[in-house]
Amino acid sequence: MELNSHIPEGPIEGKWDKARFDLKLVNPANKRKFSVIVVGSGLAGASAAASLGELGYQVGCFCFQDSPRRAHSIAAQGGINAAKNYQNDGDSVYRLFYDTVKGGDFRAREANVYRLAQISVHIIDQCVAQGVPFAREYGGTLSNRSFGGAQVSRTFYARGQTGQQLLLGAYQALERQIDAGAVTMFPRSEMLDLIVVDGVARGIITRNLVTGKIEAHIAHAVILGTGGYGNVYYLSTNAKGSNVTAIWRAHKRGALFANPCFTQIHPTCIPVSGDYQSKLTLMSESLRNDGRIWVPRKAGDKRPPSEIPEAERDYYLERRYPSFGNLVPRDVASRNAKAVCDEGRGVGETGLGVYLDFSDSIKRLGKHVIEERYGNLFEMYERITSEDPYKVPMRIYPAIHYTMGGLWVDYNLQSNIPGLFVIGEANFSDHGANRLGASALMQGLSDGYFVVPYTVGNYLATAKLGPVAPSNADVANALTSAQQGVQRLLSIKGKRTVDSFHRALGKIVWDDCGMSRSAEGLTAAISKIRQLRDEFWTNLNVPGSGEDLNQSLEKAGRVADFFELAELMCIDARERNESCGGHFREEYQTPEGEAQRDDEHYSYVAAWGYKGYGNFPELSKEPLEFEYVHPSQRSYK
Amino acid sequence: MKIKLKIWRQKSLSERGKFATYEVDANPEMSMLECLDVLNEGLIEQGEEPVAFEHDCREGICGSCGFMINGVAHGPLPATTVCQLTMRHFKDGQQLVIEPWRAKAFPLIKDLIVDRRAFDRIIASGGYVSVSTGSAPDGNAIPIAKEAADESMDAAACIGCGACVAACPNASAALFTGAKMTHLGVLPQGEPERHLRALRMVTQMNEEGFGGCTNIGECTGVCPKAIPLGVIAHMNRDYLTGSWVERNKTVSVLTPVTDWN
Repeated sequence: MELNSHIPEGPIEGKWDKARFDLKLVNPANKRKFSVIVVGSGLAGASAAASLGELGYQVGCFCFQDSPRRAHSIAAQGGINAAKNYQNDGDSVYRLFYDTVKGGDFRAREANVYRLAQISVHIIDQCVAQGVPFAREYGGTLSNRSFGGAQVSRTFYARGQTGQQLLLGAYQALERQIDAGAVTMFPRSEMLDLIVVDGVARGIITRNLVTGKIEAHIAHAVILGTGGYGNVYYLSTNAKGSNVTAIWRAHKRGALFANPCFTQIHPTCIPVSGDYQSKLTLMSESLRNDGRIWVPRKAGDKRPPSEIPEAERDYYLERRYPSFGNLVPRDVASRNAKAVCDEGRGVGETGLGVYLDFSDSIKRLGKHVIEERYGNLFEMYERITSEDPYKVPMRIYPAIHYTMGGLWVDYNLQSNIPGLFVIGEANFSDHGANRLGASALMQGLSDGYFVVPYTVGNYLATAKLGPVAPSNADVANALTSAQQGVQRLLSIKGKRTVDSFHRALGKIVWDDCGMSRSAEGLTAAISKIRQLRDEFWTNLNVPGSGEDLNQSLEKAGRVADFFELAELMCIDARERNESCGGHFREEYQTPEGEAQRDDEHYSYVAAWGYKGYGNFPELSKEPLEFEYVHPSQRSYK
Repeated sequence: MKIKLKIWRQKSLSERGKFATYEVDANPEMSMLECLDVLNEGLIEQGEEPVAFEHDCREGICGSCGFMINGVAHGPLPATTVCQLTMRHFKDGQQLVIEPWRAKAFPLIKDLIVDRRAFDRIIASGGYVSVSTGSAPDGNAIPIAKEAADESMDAAACIGCGACVAACPNASAALFTGAKMTHLGVLPQGEPERHLRALRMVTQMNEEGFGGCTNIGECTGVCPKAIPLGVIAHMNRDYLTGSWVERNKTVSVLTPVTDWN
């Protein structure tokens, strides 16, 4: 398929201005005649729904949780980047753009990233005006910190709860529009299918999670802001409910899925403690600003950390990357942690952990400074592990945290299905093969507040959309297929629980399509996934009925989609014969063990088309061109 | 360790509920919710319906989870949601009585899950700053004293879980409502709408069927984010002043909706 990214002509600094001028406008009096569906109520979804409501469109917003305020954006801890240069330390829009393209290992679209950097400054203004209580200096100005591999202080934060405060800002803007009658909220509603009529997106099928009722909702455009798919690994830092279902079902209706193998492993999570574990807890990356990461020099050294003398410790990040030290980007930090654990130098009972040690910072700055900066994180760590990080170094290990892949979108955030827009983590667009810290919040809000309200308007102003009757055959088909899907899961009546399948699937994907991958491992993983999937469809046990609240049924539908996604991830990872960002192929590394890109053959976006259940997907390529940031080997030495 | 669980089971609001007793082999490192996961896996394997309970982030920030453990909202550990409460805080062989939040304004949906949409309607009745996208001045245009930003943040930390209501003998939502009014009210951005906000939010709170506050303080005691009791004083002050300042305004309410159709 020919992919047109619709990137505007002209120099990069003027592209978004040009696009905004070229985008057609809807007459203010006509806006109320158009209805828009927004699925998801996180930073991207809530900000889009609120902004579209303010403009005068009729908006319906759907979320599977009991309230839009629960969306998983709420769990982001560290902060949000913006090129404000308030600290006078040499930041600029261009520098944020440059850092993001480089950090993404040259697998993101330059034009999108530049726009993101431009918009970043407006996001902060908007959030401050909404009453987001960002951290302040004594003089009353906004405070910043450096974060996640950046050499300037451009990160704005609200204690360790930045995501929560930004989401509450967007949620409150959304509630204001609900109060005004501009937005209708549908909580406890899960999207089961996309309605495509005459080749354009015209609505969604949802299941009411309380009554079980399956319904069609018709609109003029559909926006998906449904987040990432990290839960395919079972254990991740994502919320338990986070899932791929909305974008996967849209994919099955024809939307291309781009770069599914680009997943991010976060280096600082609390290590796994047992089989019953249901999720992994992230410790904010900001901890790396003051914590030093180390393991014992000798393999198998089981002494408690206090008994290991300085000379027998290996501060491996400081040793290998003297200029960035403990602040190297996430993919580099994660891979190095895995490498030292593979050498048998990991710490803790399982040997899958490294120390994050604050004793030097406490000596240098005093306990009160560390307490003010990280008090809530230290408390959380102690609550979970019953160890006091002021006295004993934290133990951390990498975990799946974010997915850069997602539905393919053009510069206007529209998928290849006209009328279907995809925003936030659910699309693939801005982070390439690795996302820098504090930029997910930025992208979600940029897409929702400042991009999609314009581009949806342009679509509505130019598309010729007639009414869709409830009796329309495409609507009826989508309804029937959703109902059959639910019945199929309920009728298997096998022995094994959904969670047990999900756990087993997650282990396959983590082992072979996680922190390091090989063609051989991926091929084996595909056949293991298929085998397990066959068992899923013959031996799944979903108790209860489809007519009331049934959490096992909800999970079963999501896991069924994870099975199909997992296979696509492995296919994509096997097809990309290079290492870049979070995608590390063992066959392609430099002599020092760093990721080895192959720009000549793989400087493209891999966009996969669905070709039917169990059939090999079709690959379309969007070539990536770098006019401004010349691709180079990323070096953090 | 062995844990006895006495759990409230109720299929729907219209059916009668009752306690059911189970025994679980728990690990001291697992969370309360992981303990329920283990119970549920066993129930499904025996062909029974698992216990329905709400949860999502499992790191204490989304506000989805929450139930009473031996009569205390979110259990015995201060400032901790049930998703972060590890089993090591209980004794081997201990019995835990687990019940949903009980309040008229939170109608039950199933087992431990209740309907908290009343909270969303309280926010929709003025728990925001009326600023549309695009009309904001520069972030540093209005300086805000660090103390004010900190006080605002202390209140803004509320996760909307509903423990305050469940713990209150009057099922009052004063801590929740006061927290939002304090979060916005101490910032210059929230000042222009401060009084009307107070009037509207308190009116909506009463309309939803939450009880009145009699300053018992159980709410702040169980609050997983330790929201200070002072936010209720803030609410009362703004409501009182607002009742005079905005006396000529009509205060509209949103209709409480409790069905799901």
